[in-house]
Amino acid sequence: MIQQIDYFLIAPPLALALVAGLVLLLDAFLPARPHTKTVLGAVTLAGMAISLGFLVAQAATQGGRPRSTFCVPPHLDPTRQLCSYVVDRFTLVFAGMVLVAAVVVVLMSMTELAGGGIPVGEWYFLLLCTLVGAVTLPASRDLIMLVVALELVSLPVFALTALKRYDGRSSEAAVKLFVVSVVSTAIMLFGVSLLYGIAGTVFLSRLAAVLSGQAPAPGLALTAATGQDLPAVVTVGVVLVVAGFAFKIAAVPFHAWAADVYQGAPIPVAALLSVISKAAGFAGLILILVAALAGQAATWAPIVGILAALTMTVGNLLAMRQRSAVRLLAWSSVAQSGYILAPLAVAGSMAAAVSASMAYLIIYAAMNLGAFAVVMLVSRIAERNELDDYRGLAFRSPAAGIALAFCLVCLAGLPPGLAGLFAKVFVFREIVEAGWGWLALVMAVNTVIGLYYYVVWTARLFTPAAGTAPRPRPSTWIAIGLATAVAVLFSIAPQLVLDMTSFSG
Amino acid sequence: MMGWLPVALLAVPLLGALLLLLAPHTLRPLLRPYGLILSGLTLALSLLMVATFDYGGPARVQFEVDQPWIPGLGLRFHLGVDGISLPLIALTALLTFLCFVYLSKPNPRARALVFTLLVLEVGMIGTFLALDLLLFFVFFEIVLIPMYFLIGIWGGEGRRAASIKFILYTLLGSVVMLLGLLLVWAQTGTLDIEALSAAHGAGMPKSVQILAFVAIGIGLAVKTPMWPLHTWLPDAHTEAPTVGSVLLAGVLLKMGTYGFARIAIPVLPEGAVAVAPWLGAFAVVGIVYGALACLAQRDLKRMIAYSSVGHMGFVLLGFATLTPVGINGALFANVAHGLITGLLFFLAGGIKDRYHTADMPSLGGGLLATLPRLGSLLTFASIASLGLPGLAGFWGEMLALLGAYQPADGLPRGLFLTYMVIGGLGAVLTAAYFLVMLSRVTHGRPQAPTATTPPGGGETPHEVTVTVTATATTTTTTLAPPRPHEPPTDVRRRELLAWTPLIVLILLFGLWPGLLLSLTTPPVQALLGALS
Repeated sequence: MIQQIDYFLIAPPLALALVAGLVLLLDAFLPARPHTKTVLGAVTLAGMAISLGFLVAQAATQGGRPRSTFCVPPHLDPTRQLCSYVVDRFTLVFAGMVLVAAVVVVLMSMTELAGGGIPVGEWYFLLLCTLVGAVTLPASRDLIMLVVALELVSLPVFALTALKRYDGRSSEAAVKLFVVSVVSTAIMLFGVSLLYGIAGTVFLSRLAAVLSGQAPAPGLALTAATGQDLPAVVTVGVVLVVAGFAFKIAAVPFHAWAADVYQGAPIPVAALLSVISKAAGFAGLILILVAALAGQAATWAPIVGILAALTMTVGNLLAMRQRSAVRLLAWSSVAQSGYILAPLAVAGSMAAAVSASMAYLIIYAAMNLGAFAVVMLVSRIAERNELDDYRGLAFRSPAAGIALAFCLVCLAGLPPGLAGLFAKVFVFREIVEAGWGWLALVMAVNTVIGLYYYVVWTARLFTPAAGTAPRPRPSTWIAIGLATAVAVLFSIAPQLVLDMTSFSG
Repeated sequence: MMGWLPVALLAVPLLGALLLLLAPHTLRPLLRPYGLILSGLTLALSLLMVATFDYGGPARVQFEVDQPWIPGLGLRFHLGVDGISLPLIALTALLTFLCFVYLSKPNPRARALVFTLLVLEVGMIGTFLALDLLLFFVFFEIVLIPMYFLIGIWGGEGRRAASIKFILYTLLGSVVMLLGLLLVWAQTGTLDIEALSAAHGAGMPKSVQILAFVAIGIGLAVKTPMWPLHTWLPDAHTEAPTVGSVLLAGVLLKMGTYGFARIAIPVLPEGAVAVAPWLGAFAVVGIVYGALACLAQRDLKRMIAYSSVGHMGFVLLGFATLTPVGINGALFANVAHGLITGLLFFLAGGIKDRYHTADMPSLGGGLLATLPRLGSLLTFASIASLGLPGLAGFWGEMLALLGAYQPADGLPRGLFLTYMVIGGLGAVLTAAYFLVMLSRVTHGRPQAPTATTPPGGGETPHEVTVTVTATATTTTTTLAPPRPHEPPTDVRRRELLAWTPLIVLILLFGLWPGLLLSLTTPPVQALLGALS
């Protein structure tokens, strides 16, 4: 049996994987001169640009129709079209967002790597491997591929976290992340195996048909007495899968690792964890919930709703007490996960809910990366990187100060950070329309709690204080500029985000 | 059509603020004229709007602009003016301009101050112009950050706590309001305030209307502020710099009451009928509470802040009656309060500048003897505020009480009669605390610091600075008494320039209330369409 592979469709991850190998080779064979680091960084960026180019080409030639590859050959199963790899709007938007975010992360890592002490070739290789996973994941349409892609996102991140060798915090963070991630994978795999056992298929579309009662469940043939009612084991499977993803996106009660890992990891890795790895987790969660488990919405919708409420509340409350900038951003990103989860709980209109979640995620990525880029800048002059180190930043370095102020106000969701405001409005709209009054109220209160720590931090930027102005490399400025420019663009024209994420049409 | 006018009203201060951000160094020596010119230009545009407004149809929305902004949300950039919003826009432009006139001495961080005030002006004018629910909300929120910095950077000693309290409190209110607005939208499918007002609540069941009215009302009531949601106000006012207090009292509070007239009552008439008795109850409690709290205050600015709670109580009582008379009175009292309290805060700021304290016992008495002009202006503003007939403060509160005498059909009349009696009692208390304040500050003999020094005003400033040392140790380091044996100067020229327009308008609206009432009556009748 020969399978037809559409190489054009898998070109984006393929390009990234090839460049990852190339980076490793170059690192091994190029002489160890100072500019080698820059060359490797440039090669990485070029690889991402090629991948992004393929994505654009796919979007241009696709014309709105999903295209797929790695399908079950028609002569084996003529009635159904089952594919593992599908490129549709969701895939393109997600992969595009991940790659653009990765550009900012690579620019930030150039500054981090300039300090020495971190092996450059390995760093870029691992980064690219993570990206391969993150770009493949939104295209995956079967359970195995989904799990493999998710692991491909997670595994290199452990190593990246630990690459700051001889740093106790960094090693501790890596071990914590490793243990948490492995446990969550185990839980998820258990859930996946239960679902496979019931439905007898790994393809999401087929799974959806079985679990919504449109197709017979082969796993139930042995216990025929139950008829078409699905047994409780399905519920267990659904809950376990949701719990596995909740680990990845640091949702409460699986959030405890976030602050320590973010603080221990190099700052670009923290940014990667908070945006790319989180986005991958959400992509997987959305795919599983919407594409495979839509028929079981009655089971998972309340769970997701409670998770969302808990996540935003706990994240915000923990963030209030933080003194360290990175820890604060860690908890705030936990809280933001809650806002992203909230529309998914509203199973009323699936496409609109996914669209609201995605819109929030995209805007969150821009504003959070902007904040991380400035934190990276300040980490060069203040080793401990506490909030007090930001006093007077707006006077010492006006561009950085204003960029950070804008991103923080965006995260808080107040004008002039209209992007953050409208992101919250998208989410609120979905919740209110579905009549989930309590969740809307919880989120409203959380918005206020969140405002407290963002605004206290912003106020510090404008408090006069002596200190040295950071003198960063140009790559950091490009990173800050890129992230902030995107956040400003989304503030002026939020319609851009909505156009990207409207999946119903 | 003159559709460019509202856009220009927003664009001038906004572009001015952005220019300040882009070219900071070239503008540095020109900051004062720069702020004056931009706010003056905005004022000129608003006066042009007042001049070209078609007074034949004040109920009709004029100068309309309607462009799609975010189609995905149904959010349109929809601006317009009618008889309700026109006076408030002019008031905003005027007060902002007067604030710039008042700011003369070199301020710390003048560039940031000019920037903040200009952004604040965008938010304030935009709120009164917006005819789209979400656009209204966006402008409503724009004022938060500039006001936070205005209090938090240029404020008094307790500024940190006061600014945080201000922003958290008002944000909580506005998020709840957002939920209410989205609920209206989810039910009707439109965000257009004009269309929603014309529909008079059609398509929304009564229960939804009540829920939405409560949610929107809470958001507006925090801003207004309505008792018991007022607790952010005294702190914010006391700590804010003079221009901050003026704009906070003069304009920001009006955004809350304006929301009732523009959104809550016309869009949700059935909800309004159901909630009005409660609104009236909170309003009269606010009137009495504000007056009693004022009697207990020692700080002049804090007292004026609490007096705002009482005055806003009258405004809310006027709205609660749901009659043309009451709502007209409320809108009138709204504008009058903006003028009078704006003037009062200017005067309190002037006194604080001179004596470095606003603590009434420390001020001693005899302001009329030491600084006769300032003393008489304070007397004038206080008498206007307590509602002397013939000055602007009288008509609005009188009409609000009159409205309570005969509330709309469907409202319990006996209850509103009680409210009217309590409100009248509150008016008496208002007179009482202002007279007590005047007797403590303006009357009496200027306080002699010790028995050995000869009587006369000569030592007063010195004495005062000593008192400040006792109460506020940190400020004295920066505030050296300039010349201890001279009384502070009386009203300065720029102060007179800033205050005269307010005095003139208080007299004008006091003697000729029809000027304002003829403007608001037709739109009020239109918005009450379903009720009256």
